[in-house]
Amino acid sequence: MTAATDKPESSSRRAWLGSAAGVAAAGLGGAMLAPGIRLVELAQAATPASTAGASPKVRWGLLIDTTKCAGGCTDCVSACNTENGLNGGTRATDAQWIRKVEIKQVRTGRSASLPVMCQHCAEPPCVDVCPTGASFKRADGIVLVDRHTCIGCRYCMMACPYKARSFVHEDLRDQKPDVPRGKGCVESCTLCVHRLDRGERTTACAEACTKAGHGAIVFGDLNDEASEIARRVREVSSTQLRADLSLDPGVRYHGI
Amino acid sequence: MRQWLLMLGLLASGLVSAADEPGRTPRPVIERAAQGAQCVAPAAEMRRNHMDLLKHQRDDTVRGGIRGAKYSLKDCIDCHASKTTGSVAKTQDNFCVACHSYAAVTIDCFECHSAKPRSVAQQGSK
Repeated sequence: MTAATDKPESSSRRAWLGSAAGVAAAGLGGAMLAPGIRLVELAQAATPASTAGASPKVRWGLLIDTTKCAGGCTDCVSACNTENGLNGGTRATDAQWIRKVEIKQVRTGRSASLPVMCQHCAEPPCVDVCPTGASFKRADGIVLVDRHTCIGCRYCMMACPYKARSFVHEDLRDQKPDVPRGKGCVESCTLCVHRLDRGERTTACAEACTKAGHGAIVFGDLNDEASEIARRVREVSSTQLRADLSLDPGVRYHGI
Repeated sequence: MRQWLLMLGLLASGLVSAADEPGRTPRPVIERAAQGAQCVAPAAEMRRNHMDLLKHQRDDTVRGGIRGAKYSLKDCIDCHASKTTGSVAKTQDNFCVACHSYAAVTIDCFECHSAKPRSVAQQGSK
């Protein structure tokens, strides 16, 4: 019969019993659970040293200066691949978070080269169409896929006017600890969210572009008037891709 | 009456001894953590509730961007990766797989998440 009494209670019932006991103790003995142990000390012990999380005051964005972006240069693409553990392939079934696009105006012959990644729209169509709520926008404007809820239906890939999202077709191994990725999920540029949450203030692509001396990608907080990106956006003319769709992307381009 | 009590006693002792015996399936051998003296919670609580703790915190992390809180999968792996394989899920006796195969639980954490500690994974990729 001892076996029957040892049967585990459900955790929610335990939690309720615990809190009920706590409330009773608080009512009777000035929040003393036992001699020397008070509720406040338990609460303080349980509070972890975690980061504050995404702030709604921030709007992360990129400014890409296409006049400085050389055709054929793929420094930002390879930095992104290394940072996020992508294989670097460009087949239809390979994940590409940044694509280098060459454009040419037919009438004048003027050409430009530009990296196109997730544009981190303020009104993201991928979020609108997602049937499971896996595609979402963070408080700081970064559009992400929650792979725990993504079912791989690829509606978001259809909805995205920038072809920014990729589907993972094959089993992956040796993923980066900071960037979990797996077969059957859709994924795209995360604006190096793992770096931002650590407190770093640059993305792999912007860092590589600056380090190589091109300086064609500026990353920063568009809402912070003192930041370099806000100053540049204020001073030079820049445009959003497919601005006619009114999606208000966080990525802006100069010189196209 | 006394016979009934005796039988009840025998039955109870039988139950207890049955619970202690390993049975046909050998009990999992749980590898001790390679580093770190103390887990974030007592072992009994972790064994019963780790899945709820991880699931609760994952939503805060993915959706809210809150990192470095108490119940982090990366922190689990950093301490509990095997000394021989450097992983929590590579072979049948590694930390996560040992219990999950005994309990017939199929998890897909490591289809996406790295099963290696941060130090090992970074060395391997370079």
